[in-house]
Parts: sequence; structure tokens; C-alpha cells
Amino acid sequence: MKISKTIDLTGELCPINFIKAKIALEDLNKQEILEIYLDDGMPIKNVPRSLELDGHIVLLIEKANEAYRVLVQREGLNV
Amino acid sequence: MSEFSNEQIERYSRNMVLNEIGITGQRKINKVKVLVIGAGGLGSPVLMYLAAAGVGDIGIIDGDKIELSNLQRQTIHATENIGMSKVQSAKKFIKRLNTDVKVTTYEYFLNKDNSQEIISKYDLIIDGVDNFQSRYLVNDTCVYLKKPLVEAGIIGFVGMVTLILSDDGPCYRCLYPEIPDRAPTCSKAGVLGATAGIIGSIQASEAIKYIVGIEENLNGRVIFWDGLTSTIHEVKLHRNKDCLSSSPKRK
Repeated sequence: MKISKTIDLTGELCPINFIKAKIALEDLNKQEILEIYLDDGMPIKNVPRSLELDGHIVLLIEKANEAYRVLVQREGLNV
Repeated sequence: MSEFSNEQIERYSRNMVLNEIGITGQRKINKVKVLVIGAGGLGSPVLMYLAAAGVGDIGIIDGDKIELSNLQRQTIHATENIGMSKVQSAKKFIKRLNTDVKVTTYEYFLNKDNSQEIISKYDLIIDGVDNFQSRYLVNDTCVYLKKPLVEAGIIGFVGMVTLILSDDGPCYRCLYPEIPDRAPTCSKAGVLGATAGIIGSIQASEAIKYIVGIEENLNGRVIFWDGLTSTIHEVKLHRNKDCLSSSPKRK
């Protein structure tokens, strides 16, 4: 699985982390994959769900040390 | 502004999280050029919300100076600035709120000799004048130049607001072909400050919606707000085939 871009959103609060993920996805072509690092708590609870509501596909959520690693496939047009 | 700074992402975050605006819509807001005609009661909330939203380039035209009696409703102006031109005071307000906004001031009134030159420079026009003559001039020029116009008027506790898209909708003269009998001007009559706040805020909302492309808008509809009874009425507005407005293409 080829990752096109990685962003570290640990330390970012809602909704700034979500917006930065949206902006990063906007730069990708359809079906390309964005790798995101998110904090535990509200960020990992909310951001993947919000990206799915935008029409993107969350492929993977896994623990990565203190944070979470999330892979998202760009699908939604509404960025 | 093709790339957003961290500060801009934070400043505009509550716009950007809205599905109807998003990143793309915010880019449009940051690029658009809007002319606000009149920096008074309606212009105050309009300028405040457009500047706060990050409208890239705002033109303000008004030849008046601030008077004490203005401050009851013209909320962007300050007591210490009485006697200052309204456009300079408005520019100071905007610069304090958001330095992303470019502000151009026109320290005189719109008239038939300058209206086309000024209005033609902007993507969207917002009318906040206080008399019928100016309102017809703004309407006719926008219809002629095919510029979208957010039109509004207030008196006492009541106000009206509509969106005029000259290509395919009715205009102000389709609603009021000529000056109504005994029409008082705002400067002579009473008006509740909050009436200006409500109607001007609807103008700002319609403007942002138009900029980002939200299609359900006030084109072909007029909202009448009655603050005494706290009610809103809406009427459908149709194009008048005998409309007196100056564009021959409309006939």
C-alpha cells in the first residue's frame, strides 16, 4: 500500500486537526492514501469519523506508541 | 492565499468545518472582492461579518462623517471617532479585526457619474444606503453591469432583504417600480438599532452563501422582518416585464 503523504497531527486540537487533514487530502488525487498521526481521546474518536462523513475511506486505525496511526483513502469531493 | 498559515486555519476553522463552505469555500471567500455601499446601520454588521469571514478585498463607499446620533445603530463606529469619515473609521475597525482583508475606501457618495466605474471593479455588491434615489441607482447599475446585489432596507422595527441576480431574476424596481409615496428617509425617521443588526446580518449571510455557491438563496424572494410582532413574512418576487430598470436586455 503506497502512502502518498504523512502528517503528524499530534498536539493539535479539534477542529484544527480535522481541517489540516482535509487540507492534506485536498492535495491528493482520488484513491491516494494519507497517513495521519492523531492523539488518543477526542482526536482519534472524532477525526476519522468526520473524514468518513466527508466521503473518504478510513482503511486502518492502529496504536502507534502514545498516538494512533490512521490511513485514509481520498474519495470525497467535498473538501 | 493558496496556502493557509496555521493562524489562518485557526481563524477560519469554524467556516472550514462547515460542509457547505469547507476548504474550497474558504479559498473563495479569501479571494472575492465585495463592495459595501454605505458604512452605516446595515453596513456595520455587513462589514463586521465579511471582514471576520476573511473576504479578501472589501471596498467601502460613503461620503458621511460620524455623528453622535449614528452610534445607536452603527456599531462599528466609536464615540472617540465622531467627526471622522465613516469609511476611515470602518477601515480602522476592519484592520483591528482581521489584517488579511484588503480595504479600499471611497470617501464620497455613489452618483450616476461614478457608479459604473466603482461597481464594475467588484464581484458582489451589498446595498446599505438610506434613501430611495441611491437604492435605484445601485439597482440599475448592478442590473446593467450584471453584478449580483444583496439589497436591503430598514425603518423603525421592520426591514426587508433580497438577493438580486440580474441575469435571471427580478430586481428592486420589480418590487418598487418608483419611489413609494411619503417614503421617509432613514436619516429623518426612527429606527431600532437591532433592526439594522438583524437585516445586515442576513445580508452578510446571503453574501457568504453566494460567494461559496450555496444555491438556496433569496433570489426571487423577499424577506420582511417585523420586529414589533417578531414575525418574518416572505413574498415571491417576479420579474416585471415593464421594469423600468436601465438594462435593455431585461425588456
